[in-house]
Amino acid sequence: MVEFSLPANSRVQTGKSHKAAAGAKNVKTFKIYRYDPDSGSNPRLDSYEIDLDKCGPMVLDALLKIKNEIDSTLTFRRSCREGICGSCAMNIDGSNTLACLKPIEDIKGDAKIYPLPHMPVVKDLVPDLTIPYAQLASVKPWMQTQTPPPPDGERLQSPEEREKLDGMWECILCFCCQTSCPSYWWNGDRYLGPAVLLQAARWIHDSRDEMTGERLDALEDPFKLYRCHTIMNCTKTCPKGLNPAKAIGSIKTKLLQRGV
Amino acid sequence: MSTRNRPLSPHLDIYRLPLLAIMSISHRITGVGLVIGLFALAWWLCAAASGPESFAAAQAVFGSFLGKLFLLGWTVALFFHLSHGVRHLLWDSGWGFELSQAYLSAKIALGATAVLTVLAIAIYLVA
Repeated sequence: MVEFSLPANSRVQTGKSHKAAAGAKNVKTFKIYRYDPDSGSNPRLDSYEIDLDKCGPMVLDALLKIKNEIDSTLTFRRSCREGICGSCAMNIDGSNTLACLKPIEDIKGDAKIYPLPHMPVVKDLVPDLTIPYAQLASVKPWMQTQTPPPPDGERLQSPEEREKLDGMWECILCFCCQTSCPSYWWNGDRYLGPAVLLQAARWIHDSRDEMTGERLDALEDPFKLYRCHTIMNCTKTCPKGLNPAKAIGSIKTKLLQRGV
Repeated sequence: MSTRNRPLSPHLDIYRLPLLAIMSISHRITGVGLVIGLFALAWWLCAAASGPESFAAAQAVFGSFLGKLFLLGWTVALFFHLSHGVRHLLWDSGWGFELSQAYLSAKIALGATAVLTVLAIAIYLVA
């Protein structure tokens, strides 16, 4: 349902300010969304002044510096620090991306950092991703077959057939696209969202999968697939340069071709 | 720790909507605008059918500054919705999903809206 304003318990209040050490020359202010579930109070926006001369180049470096040196309670997910695990997905400077791939110097003015948009917040920059994970499971993102595999080896695929999966298998499920989509904001309970539909497309286009028809049947629904209105926030924001909008379009085309 | 009262993270207020998203929401808004304009058109036709006095009154409303402004808005809405509708046709035929293509078609749609609107005003001024 479309609801433009945040519920009363979610409105962001002004938080604390942490000044940079005296003598710091290259200072940038980071404004970071904080929510402490144990406090019982609303989320707030804390600001931290960071000396960039003593900080790594990426936004994740700044977050780690804050956690190590200023405020150890700052909570966020991170792991690989090289854009392959998808843990540090968050909203930085107005769009969703991975903190480890976002250079600080690309941000003009204060760096504002929020959790992925329109999600329940567990703590600080950690959103609850239970629903998107359940939606992912609902499209059965694994190979389904009816015929037995060849007795002497794997199910084979030609290089051309394999090429059709390029741009889809690379998804790291960071859910940047999922939570950038206004359609998903308003109908996230019924619309599957770009990340999940990209995975659905990845299996629909796999030549080895034998349940293509059933997969298409499952998506032929006014909400699951057709809430995509080609807004293209997903493709614009994907930190891996993938194109969920195109993948969703390809599912729509498949359904159309099947119908005529 | 309560899991029920988790706050909802900020969305529309903090997201910097790209041109493509603004095009999309404008398509919605102009669609609604077109329907409102249709009610005005229906009222104008009814006035014309009811007699010279009511028709003159309707003409006066549409001839006023605010009336003309409304008609201009309706014209822009029509041409934007039309141009953007062509983008949707292209997407439905499977073309235009690359970001470069989407930006190109967005700019063409905006250009077409401007050209068609100016053309319509020119025809109105000449006729």
